[in-house]
Amino acid sequence: MQQRAETGKDCLPFTTSATDRTEQTVGKPRTVDREKAITGDRIFKWMTTGFAFSILIILGLMLFQMAGESWPALKQFGWQFVTGRDWDAVQGHFGALPYLYGSVVSSVLALLLATPLSIGAAIFITEIAPKRLGSLIAPLVELLAAIPSVIYGLWGVLVMAPWLQSTVEPFLIERFGFLPFFQGAPYGVSMLAAVFILMIMVVPIITSITREVLLAVPQSQKEAAIALGATRWETIMMAVLPYGRSGIMGAAILGLGRAVGETMAVTMVIGNAPQISASLLSPAYTMPSVIANEFAEAVSKLHTAALMEIGLMLLVVTLIINALARLLIWGVTKDSSGGAA
Amino acid sequence: MLKSLRNAIAALALAGFLAPVAASAETLINGAGATFPYPLYSKWFSEYAKIDRSVKFNYQSIGSGGGIKQITAQTVDFGASDKFLSDQELKAAPGKLLHIPTVMGAVVVTYNIPGVAKGLKLSPETLTEIFQGKLTSWSDPRLTRDNPGLKLPNKPIIVVHRSDGSGTTSIFTDYLSSVSPAWAKGVGKGTSVKWPVGLGGKGNEGVAGQIRTTPFSIGYVELAYAFENQLPYAFLKNLAGTFVEPTIASTSAAAAGAAKSMPADFRISLVNQPGKNAYPIVGFTWLLVYQDQRDKAKGKKLVEFLRWELRQGQSMAAKLLYAPLPANVAKMVGKTVATIK
Repeated sequence: MQQRAETGKDCLPFTTSATDRTEQTVGKPRTVDREKAITGDRIFKWMTTGFAFSILIILGLMLFQMAGESWPALKQFGWQFVTGRDWDAVQGHFGALPYLYGSVVSSVLALLLATPLSIGAAIFITEIAPKRLGSLIAPLVELLAAIPSVIYGLWGVLVMAPWLQSTVEPFLIERFGFLPFFQGAPYGVSMLAAVFILMIMVVPIITSITREVLLAVPQSQKEAAIALGATRWETIMMAVLPYGRSGIMGAAILGLGRAVGETMAVTMVIGNAPQISASLLSPAYTMPSVIANEFAEAVSKLHTAALMEIGLMLLVVTLIINALARLLIWGVTKDSSGGAA
Repeated sequence: MLKSLRNAIAALALAGFLAPVAASAETLINGAGATFPYPLYSKWFSEYAKIDRSVKFNYQSIGSGGGIKQITAQTVDFGASDKFLSDQELKAAPGKLLHIPTVMGAVVVTYNIPGVAKGLKLSPETLTEIFQGKLTSWSDPRLTRDNPGLKLPNKPIIVVHRSDGSGTTSIFTDYLSSVSPAWAKGVGKGTSVKWPVGLGGKGNEGVAGQIRTTPFSIGYVELAYAFENQLPYAFLKNLAGTFVEPTIASTSAAAAGAAKSMPADFRISLVNQPGKNAYPIVGFTWLLVYQDQRDKAKGKKLVEFLRWELRQGQSMAAKLLYAPLPANVAKMVGKTVATIK
């Protein structure tokens, strides 16, 4: 149990439960040791403050360093780097819009598919499944989160992509080909493959965090709903989920963070073609993939700088996502304190 | 749990990395660069360690781009690259950098046409137009004319190329540039180029995997990779007008053909060389060494190794599917090695 709480805290910076507990356990120190304890406390306070600020300093240094390294590209292309679509290392033109598009679209779509699935799985584990079954599934889900992404990638390129190509994509083209999202030839490796692999990769993360969140819903909350004559469905929808709303949101955002930064598995299945196409069946490209692909053999200064600038963009996109998540969670918690509960 | 597991793995990896360095008290010669010759180099270094126990080589296959950067910054004792340095890059180095060719590699065109096992014949024109996206059907008369014995289907051609920057791409695009002015002007040559069409696969295995699972596709991989994995490959029409099968012998023949026009600094592209049996998509891989060694003792050891590599080392190349230098070229290289001080 203790271990579970620990992992939950590591992954989820939004909960505050741990701090309350430590204050209680300090207790009453004996007078002899009091002075020692106070100096110890002071040192501890400074140390932890230092650790906390070191994170900010590291972030600042990273931004500074990356901006410095990408300066040649920043200077030469300005905003055109973000809005340009032409990426040509031979000619020295660099525009990163296709990569930005690929990263955002693949991650957001993966999240849209993964979130309902994960919430459903978490509800099943905590509320519906018999206790034994639930405690059997939960660690298995956590195990999935620990599989290295290259394994997912290999499975994706050897098993999933051929299956998409031979079965799923022809079906989509035949039935839904009138939509712009399902046009073109079935290649297997595609935006769709990237969305699926990302979905599979973020589901365990969102599920296991959501499960922690749902476990934290007080029993009294549920009992109150049941006492009012609520069915199981109504209890979950009206008592359990609203209570855990901010936590679930946080879980989804962490999933999105993983999806945006995922490199290996996506690179292997997305087809690596820097283009912007409405069709999910056509190949695309993401920001981490292009860095992984081209950095080792980037010789010219401008090429390296352009790749660095993509890294900078990735960092900024991640920061924006986290800031949005914060705003969302604040908004949601305000709402729920208003009346829903 | 996830985190501690990751840390443990990182610690293990670090320990594994440090241990051999800490154990050696001999002369340590550091090198970094190309990934393509890495299997051969590591074989050479381990064999050479048996002959001269007082020297230890440490080679990091970080890619040609990284190798060039590190030798220019003098953080390693030798660099390795699949592409030769431009005049400008040579000028950026703090001393006179020598190019020492070690072996040759070839790039083969591999494909997946159900019913056509191997021996598809391609001319420079058809190959270029396929990769330009201009020749789009396998039953195109220009292809059927070159392949009278084969039944080529009326199916669209799917092009696959490398998505990661690589020497393989560099040699391949160098070839296309040399046979087609339109390609040279429109796309050019380099470790990563802006491909007019096609899907990008990461690494030889990515391209090969994509081709294996996609009927009617075509792409390029290293000769060694194609042989080891028994991929079907195409015969290419060379400068003399014969369709040549890619083999170790036909790769070496390309360098033999170039011996007459070999520049003193060995900065030469071996694509499209004369010679009846010369395979056309061939390139040297080089070691980059300063003529004036800062550490004379190390320099002496390095020269001893290079001499050994040019005699005994060459005979190990073919077994690992690298093409050895022809005798006349090896002799020329030996003279250059002798100038290292």
